[in-house]
Amino acid sequence: MSGYISIRNLHKRFGAFTALKGIDLEIAEGEVVCVIGPSGSGKSTLIRCINLLEPFEPGSTITVGGTEVAAGRNLEKVRAEVGMVFQSFNLFPHLTVLRNVMLAPLRVRAQSVPDAERRARDLLARVGIGEQADKYPGKLSGGQQQRVAIARALAMDPKVMLFDEPTSSLDPEMVGEVLDVMKSLAGTGVTMVVVTHEMGFARQVADRVIFMDGGRIIEAGTPAQIFDTPQEERTRNFLGAVLNH
Amino acid sequence: MEIFDTFFNIPVLIRTFPLLMSGLWVTLQIGVVSIIAGLILGLILSLIRLYAAKWLQVIAKSYINLMRSIPLLVLLIIVYYALPFVGIRLSPFMSAVSALSLVSAAYTAEIFRAGIEAIPKGQFEASSALGLSYRHMMVDVILPQAIRIVIPPMTNNCINVMKDTALASVVAMPDLLKQATQAQALAANPSPLIGAAIIYVAFLLPLVAAVSRLERSYAKADR
Repeated sequence: MSGYISIRNLHKRFGAFTALKGIDLEIAEGEVVCVIGPSGSGKSTLIRCINLLEPFEPGSTITVGGTEVAAGRNLEKVRAEVGMVFQSFNLFPHLTVLRNVMLAPLRVRAQSVPDAERRARDLLARVGIGEQADKYPGKLSGGQQQRVAIARALAMDPKVMLFDEPTSSLDPEMVGEVLDVMKSLAGTGVTMVVVTHEMGFARQVADRVIFMDGGRIIEAGTPAQIFDTPQEERTRNFLGAVLNH
Repeated sequence: MEIFDTFFNIPVLIRTFPLLMSGLWVTLQIGVVSIIAGLILGLILSLIRLYAAKWLQVIAKSYINLMRSIPLLVLLIIVYYALPFVGIRLSPFMSAVSALSLVSAAYTAEIFRAGIEAIPKGQFEASSALGLSYRHMMVDVILPQAIRIVIPPMTNNCINVMKDTALASVVAMPDLLKQATQAQALAANPSPLIGAAIIYVAFLLPLVAAVSRLERSYAKADR
């Protein structure tokens, strides 16, 4: 079968280090996939390849909605359909929260300013930051900044949302507010690929959980399969280390 | 008082004041045109140096290093006195502006490069991930942040260019220094030179103070 996102034989090297050693993965439209695994397992690299933030080795192919992900004309089209949320938020510090959200719709979708502003205010209200629209990102807490980053990505009406450890640099008390926004997003039809250490979130929200280690997919299945009856030794060891304290 | 008659001779200063003002006007023209040309050329150079094809990067880098190591006075004299031998005859004004902006562009390019490189990688990645084109990424995201970083060093460079305009007097440009030396010869009194020095300082001191103020406020904001 061929999914909305189709990854075939994906290899990625950083100099002498091989980060991804042949990943094959099909993700259906609307599916919520959580990628878990120890640090250095290649999970962030995997999702960064999907919108070509990391160029990958020849012989690997990724398609999103039937369009091949490769440098050139199609790339901006793919990226416009694929939103991304980063561990370190990466908001534009010189623009207000509202302008952060409006920028890409104005420049890439050529929306009018009133349309883009209306949509941005809606999205900011939806992620619970309606009141902060005219502030600069630096004035917001980490949790608020990450919710703005989600709104910024959603403003492009992406078919796919990639989350690269979205809660890893947040203070513990702010993790929940970001996960809540992500939960409300799941089931809206947008395809989500989430690299996370939040096992509770993965168990509750994911349609499928993928465990990676050493640049390979070790095991994939429903949350119940992965968390309750893991088949692989490495999965059991990892979950044992993460869950038992 | 002897010293006042020699260096601060008021009648001489009044008599030569129009000459000094016409010199100041020429100095400002040379300075402003060179600064603007240097900024444009420097921005282009820095983008080539950072993002163009490898061989173009090498050329840009070589140019920058060459221009940073050649003494400005030497370059100016080459432009004015040597280029006519290969048929390139520039007016004193064009010679001065060419030499000043060629060198200023090299410094400007390095300042812009440092400014762009100081922008975190995440800003580029977020822009790319949103589907912004290279041009929009630079214009809307990277350069506005880089410009804030480069304003103090860039102002310093502008001050240097303004000061270096005095070198134009060696290619017979009637700039502030040249007019002052002429006035000194005419009046047989060095007061016009002191007058010129005061005019240079009066123009540049506020800029120098502004740079210090900016650097202080940025240092505070970054803390």
